[in-house]
Amino acid sequence: MKTFVYIDHFKGEVQPGSWEALGLAKSFGTVTALVFGSGVDAVAKLAFEYGADVVLLVDDPALLDYRAETYASTLSALTSSQSPDLILFPTTTRTRELAAMSALDLNSNVITDATAVEVNGDNTVVTRPIYEAKLFEKVTSTGKPQFITIRGRAFPKPEQQEGKTGTVTKVDAKTDALSTVEGYSVAEVGVSLNDAGVIVSGGRGVSNNPSLQPPAGLDDKQAEIWRAQQGFKLVGELASVLGGAVGASRAAVDAGYIPYSNQVGQTGKVVAPDLYIAAGISGAIQHLAGIRSAKMVVAINKDADAPIFKVARYGVVGDLFVILPALTDAFKKKLGK
Amino acid sequence: MKIIACIKQVPDSEAKVRAEGGKVSWGDAPLVINPFDEYAVEGALQQKEATSGTVTALCIGPESAKEALKHALAMGADDAILVSDPALNELDNVGAARVLAAAIQKLGGVDMVIFGRQTLDSGSGLTPAQTARTLGWPMLGLAGQIKVEDGNVRVERVIEEGRQIVKAKTPVVISVVQSIGEPRYPSFMGIRKASKAEIPIWSLSDLGISTPTPIVTRTELMNPPARDTNVEIITGEGPAEIAEKLADKIIAEKVL
Repeated sequence: MKTFVYIDHFKGEVQPGSWEALGLAKSFGTVTALVFGSGVDAVAKLAFEYGADVVLLVDDPALLDYRAETYASTLSALTSSQSPDLILFPTTTRTRELAAMSALDLNSNVITDATAVEVNGDNTVVTRPIYEAKLFEKVTSTGKPQFITIRGRAFPKPEQQEGKTGTVTKVDAKTDALSTVEGYSVAEVGVSLNDAGVIVSGGRGVSNNPSLQPPAGLDDKQAEIWRAQQGFKLVGELASVLGGAVGASRAAVDAGYIPYSNQVGQTGKVVAPDLYIAAGISGAIQHLAGIRSAKMVVAINKDADAPIFKVARYGVVGDLFVILPALTDAFKKKLGK
Repeated sequence: MKIIACIKQVPDSEAKVRAEGGKVSWGDAPLVINPFDEYAVEGALQQKEATSGTVTALCIGPESAKEALKHALAMGADDAILVSDPALNELDNVGAARVLAAAIQKLGGVDMVIFGRQTLDSGSGLTPAQTARTLGWPMLGLAGQIKVEDGNVRVERVIEEGRQIVKAKTPVVISVVQSIGEPRYPSFMGIRKASKAEIPIWSLSDLGISTPTPIVTRTELMNPPARDTNVEIITGEGPAEIAEKLADKIIAEKVL
């Protein structure tokens, strides 16, 4: 099977799911990596080190900024001339769009969020979550090539082999843009929820610390948010010691305690960490669905009957404001940090 | 501006969704407007207010999907159209994009089409970009903010790394994320208006297109594997001891 892997990056910073896709593709045979951008030799070099045999490099100033139309047209043109059977992508904001458009150009379609890919001759059977991971489906595509985006952390990341190289073939870009990029406001992004091995999440309970005295002059809502922010500091400190990401329940997000980008479950993210620590989260059905792929769940909650304990391996019935700092200290000591 | 909000009807997210006999079952849970699409309607209404425009809610689905359209009307959409045809029972996202594009072209004079970022059921989030591609219009995906000036639409796209600010000329297709703003509640007047609304139904022959053949098809539907649910509650003399024990257990599980 002739397999291509699209390496997704932002200004040269590669989305780690790209390497997971490359590792999966290697299990099917030789792999061609696709690197688009401007001044992206370093990305091509990394692609070899993560296992690519060949890199098709489209290096053009018109591709400096990601725009759906130029990237999709470039991919469609390249695919028409090279005729791969399969193109794998990490699932990111960019790949969903460019794969969607390119597949449409080529009378194919995209299967997103794959958690398993079985090869069956020149075809594949893909397992993916639906209904916020309350169910899974197996799907096949009659399109050629097949476009599959893989879910983050569903496949192992290959070892980097420093110094490994291969053949780079340069390919022309399509530059038919329909939009203009005016700039960026790049957030200070910690570990992303999708890529996190450890997630520590806070729920509505993070604002319930009665021992805190909010600064004067805040109204009730402001005081509640201030309390919640102190609570999320404790969540963040534990996450930081464990090298993990900070998550939140919908209740915490809706109450304005923390941005939407941190939300796990319903209309938020479906995550797959090795360890998920839920603090002050009762465990609504959507939240539980969102963490179904977590290898291990630890719950800290005052309410011994909270549904979160039904999916947890370990639980502490207690006050998160006391337990979280104690846990942070214990890990600092034991992990030598 | 003439604005279209594309919506879908899905089982309520509180529903206990199960695979039963190869079919998706959601018990007696209600069907509702896809929660992400409430943000699309909200975004559309914001632009209607900013530009003295109109909002048409557009949905593909069975007759019962009129209820989702009525929700959009109650929120403040001016009118609604349901595309419904027995031939559309097996529809993948490419098919949905072709049907929506045909409906948008039939409506004519559209300046802006707004989607939610994905649906709760399939969750693939492909249809907005495929609709844009079918129409040949710019795709401004995952907008957290929309501004219109002199026929130019400027959006802030919420991406993994922060925000990308992108500008394009109308007509455009936009998908929105939650930062667009909390969806407004239907007003009393809105609900009354919606309950009386006559929602036209368009068939494939009204749209002048043939039945799209699905490219991606489901071969199997599965419930997720059951989780080992034996929780071990850690107790001890005070938080330090509990934390100590819990940290040891977690380290021993090799999940760090």
